[in-house]
Amino acid sequence: MLNELARYLFAVLVWPGVLGAGALGFLYLWIARKTAARLQGRRGPPFYQPFFDFVKLLGKQTVVPKGVNPPLFYALPYLSLSATTFGLLIVPAPGSSFGSFPGDIVLLLYLLEVPVLCDVLAGYVSQSIYGQVSAMREAVLSLAYNLPLLAAVIAMAQYAHSFRLGDLQQAHFGLVTALAAIAFLLAIPARLKSNPFSIPNAEQEIVAGAHVEYNSAPLAIFELSHALEVVLLFGVFFVLFAPALGSPLANAALYLAVGIVLIGLVALLAATTARLTVMRAFRFYWVWGGVAAAAAMVAAVVG
Amino acid sequence: MNPFAKLLALSRRKSPWIYTVNSGSCNGCDIEIGPCVSPRYDGEQIGMLRQGSPKHADILVVTGTLTRRSRQAVLDIYAQMPSPKAVVAIGSCPASGNVFAGSPVIDGPLDKYIPVDVWVSGCPPRPQLIIAGVAQAAELLARGETADQKRKSMSC
Repeated sequence: MLNELARYLFAVLVWPGVLGAGALGFLYLWIARKTAARLQGRRGPPFYQPFFDFVKLLGKQTVVPKGVNPPLFYALPYLSLSATTFGLLIVPAPGSSFGSFPGDIVLLLYLLEVPVLCDVLAGYVSQSIYGQVSAMREAVLSLAYNLPLLAAVIAMAQYAHSFRLGDLQQAHFGLVTALAAIAFLLAIPARLKSNPFSIPNAEQEIVAGAHVEYNSAPLAIFELSHALEVVLLFGVFFVLFAPALGSPLANAALYLAVGIVLIGLVALLAATTARLTVMRAFRFYWVWGGVAAAAAMVAAVVG
Repeated sequence: MNPFAKLLALSRRKSPWIYTVNSGSCNGCDIEIGPCVSPRYDGEQIGMLRQGSPKHADILVVTGTLTRRSRQAVLDIYAQMPSPKAVVAIGSCPASGNVFAGSPVIDGPLDKYIPVDVWVSGCPPRPQLIIAGVAQAAELLARGETADQKRKSMSC
């Protein structure tokens, strides 16, 4: 009983939970910043930068804006953080101590939506006009990129005839895997709010997005939650599309390699494009994302 | 000093986020702040980032003479920043009024209204000097020696 409890605590706090995934997420965020800096001909920040930004924010005084409900203001970042943490627990990442269970993919899709919902709510409760614009944009964008994202996951589930992540990981590589991977890849930049889809958090344009009124520790928790989100999304990509290797060490190496390649691609795209308007992004996802989604679904149903 | 306080001090030194406000500047200093985050000077190497919201910033960077029209905006923005915070005044204008000294529309010097921690001189100062000023303000934040931190420690 005590052993079981220790195992749960280890999973939530260390790996695949907050500490381990937080460190990995900060590493990914640093790679993104460093890549963007190198592409712009700058040297970029040292690797510990996201960690120091996080600690510094934790050590600041918190200001709750006038007219904002304080419990809601404080709860949203923690809700976002716990949703991503539990999402990480059910994804069978290398070294994760939990097996997957039937239907975990449905739970995972719900948990993936919670941080987005928290951002939208954070924008609306902040009483700031910029926060509200950002919340509206985020809600619209989530309707757009979820088409290829959900279609990719559903196509893979149909292909493997299972709603268990473990089975999807074991599925053989086929045409469906490739098509679904393309649909999933299309959705990643918008899901991470990176250029050209940095529409909800458009810095300089709408000040600082949904987090405009957030400061100090709640902002730090939102940053941590975003770092975990990156790890979670790349973990889902790894489980769905990377081949399952026999040796745990090779598996862990592949997990890291997939994450680093993906964040590199996202950073490359972000550094070389300008922000789109929300209407163009929506059209992009419902046309090209729709084509990729339809191709993956057809391949899954026929094949 | 316990390890947590040490880590916090180190983080404050390594992560200065700035918010810039123009209080009636001729734009010369603002043009010099832009290159601080550009490829040639790259302030991100010391963690310096420009923030869109004063609520995310640690260091307020003020340019200009502090005109009567901009005084309240500067005071509001300073009040919106969460403690601990530092103020860096860029150029000669916030200190002396520079060539505008004696004008009826200016209300400087800046430290009449908000405590200034670092004065960066020049008209306009070079980007290296602005980055050095921000780094010095971050150092003050780490050591707990900004005017804001001293006032807090005196009151409690």
